[in-house]
Amino acid sequence: MCGIVGLFIKNPTLESQLGELIAPMLSEMTERGPDSAGIAVYRDPNDKGCKITVLAENLDFDWSDLEESLKASFALKKITVTQNHAVLTLDSAISEVQDWLNENWKELSVTSAGTNIEIFKGKGNPADFIEQFDIKSMRGTHALGHTRMATESAITTEHSHPFSTGQDLCLVHNGSLSNHNRLRETLRRSGVQFKTDNDSEVAAGYLSWRLSEGDDLDQALNHAIDDLDGFYTFAIGTRDGFAVMRDPIGCKPAIMAETDDWAAMSSEYRAIATLPGAENARIWEPEPTQIYSWKRSLE
Amino acid sequence: MTEINLENKSVRELNEKLQSASSGDKFSVNNTVGKHALSVGLTTEINVDINGHVGYYCAGMNQQAKIKINGNAGPGLAENMMSGEVRVTGSASQYAAATAHGGLLVIEGDASSRCGISMKGVNIVVGGNIGHMSAFMAQSGCLVVCGDAGDALGDSIYEAKIYVRGKVKSLGTDCIEKEMRDEHQKELKQLLKQSRMSYGVDEFRRYGSARKLYNFDIDKVDDY
Repeated sequence: MCGIVGLFIKNPTLESQLGELIAPMLSEMTERGPDSAGIAVYRDPNDKGCKITVLAENLDFDWSDLEESLKASFALKKITVTQNHAVLTLDSAISEVQDWLNENWKELSVTSAGTNIEIFKGKGNPADFIEQFDIKSMRGTHALGHTRMATESAITTEHSHPFSTGQDLCLVHNGSLSNHNRLRETLRRSGVQFKTDNDSEVAAGYLSWRLSEGDDLDQALNHAIDDLDGFYTFAIGTRDGFAVMRDPIGCKPAIMAETDDWAAMSSEYRAIATLPGAENARIWEPEPTQIYSWKRSLE
Repeated sequence: MTEINLENKSVRELNEKLQSASSGDKFSVNNTVGKHALSVGLTTEINVDINGHVGYYCAGMNQQAKIKINGNAGPGLAENMMSGEVRVTGSASQYAAATAHGGLLVIEGDASSRCGISMKGVNIVVGGNIGHMSAFMAQSGCLVVCGDAGDALGDSIYEAKIYVRGKVKSLGTDCIEKEMRDEHQKELKQLLKQSRMSYGVDEFRRYGSARKLYNFDIDKVDDY
């Protein structure tokens, strides 16, 4: 069991309250996932360069060395440290920075890369995570969150969701995949890298691989229906919105709701009930294998 | 009418109060905000109006009580109901009235997948559509669908009766369309009246068991 929440702001005046609105949603899903929590937030775009979130193993990691060496090699705009995560904002090519990090900073792992996305995650109770990462103060256009109840692999920060699936893309998953071991090996041979033995990371890797092969998100998800065996409700964050899809059996729960101000998804209605105007929202259950998505128009 | 506000009462307090109520008592329940297991295990003829959306397993194991949910219901609504009546003004999530033995469940909106799975005598009337694998292994009782039915309707069905007004996406194994005889028209008319659905019985088709699967005969295994 896990809990998923997603919130997409339609009314721009609410963007300043994104964190304040999604924090109670995440908190409400604690019983579905008390082991760890995570959030992907889309905000403060750095369109001409990139933003990369990196994760250190320990809280006492000294970020000043990284900052110095980034400055020496790239056009670093800023580095924002929160707990054991740091968001690097650079006016440099994303692939160069990622390659350089892989080469020189093996003790760090990249949780997200793109122009808008930032991913934070941690072990422990979602309430502590919300506090430590000051989720309530986050502004932004949309966010996805996850609370995890580990069933098939260890409880570590790296096993926690969301998983990055490419630039400005991420995945949160409720369910379990049964063919992830074989699929992981197949994907590894195609060059996809994995950090853990987690099944959801395989789904993320699979989507990344399909997208790198030229699929758009809808095509990648449709291929996933054929190639992933198991139960899943997926929520996929993109630069300008998010998408939701359930497996053909559809036994993992999902509920969606929309008002003029926001669109939201969650594993259970009680998370959506925390949103303003939820009682009068249009509410429905997503059909199995149907892809539902929200996008903001990019001007 | 006794009002119970879940903002200042726990779910356990609610259920204890409803379970110890006397026949004829009336309750309204407010501030439900999708909470689970509301109004479960009732055994007396009381009226409960639940105002708002509810989470998992609402009205489970109901006996005699009349429960109305003014909102949507999460998974497992009226699971194993024995008698009484449960009505939802919105839609219900998966496996509504699973294994239910008796009583009437009315869902005015849509029901999701596995509605009436393994039903054992309950009558279910759905105003809208139902999802896939509904009435799977349904043993007895009636499932009335005023809209469309999803894939694999009535798979491995026993003696439950299914009436569908709209389209059936596909029938499950051993489920077939059957003749609508007088006794079925009478039964359906009564259920539509009882659930306050204003459709004519002529608009419905009946589905049920071909009786080839549950009378399993090893010598005829190739026929199944």
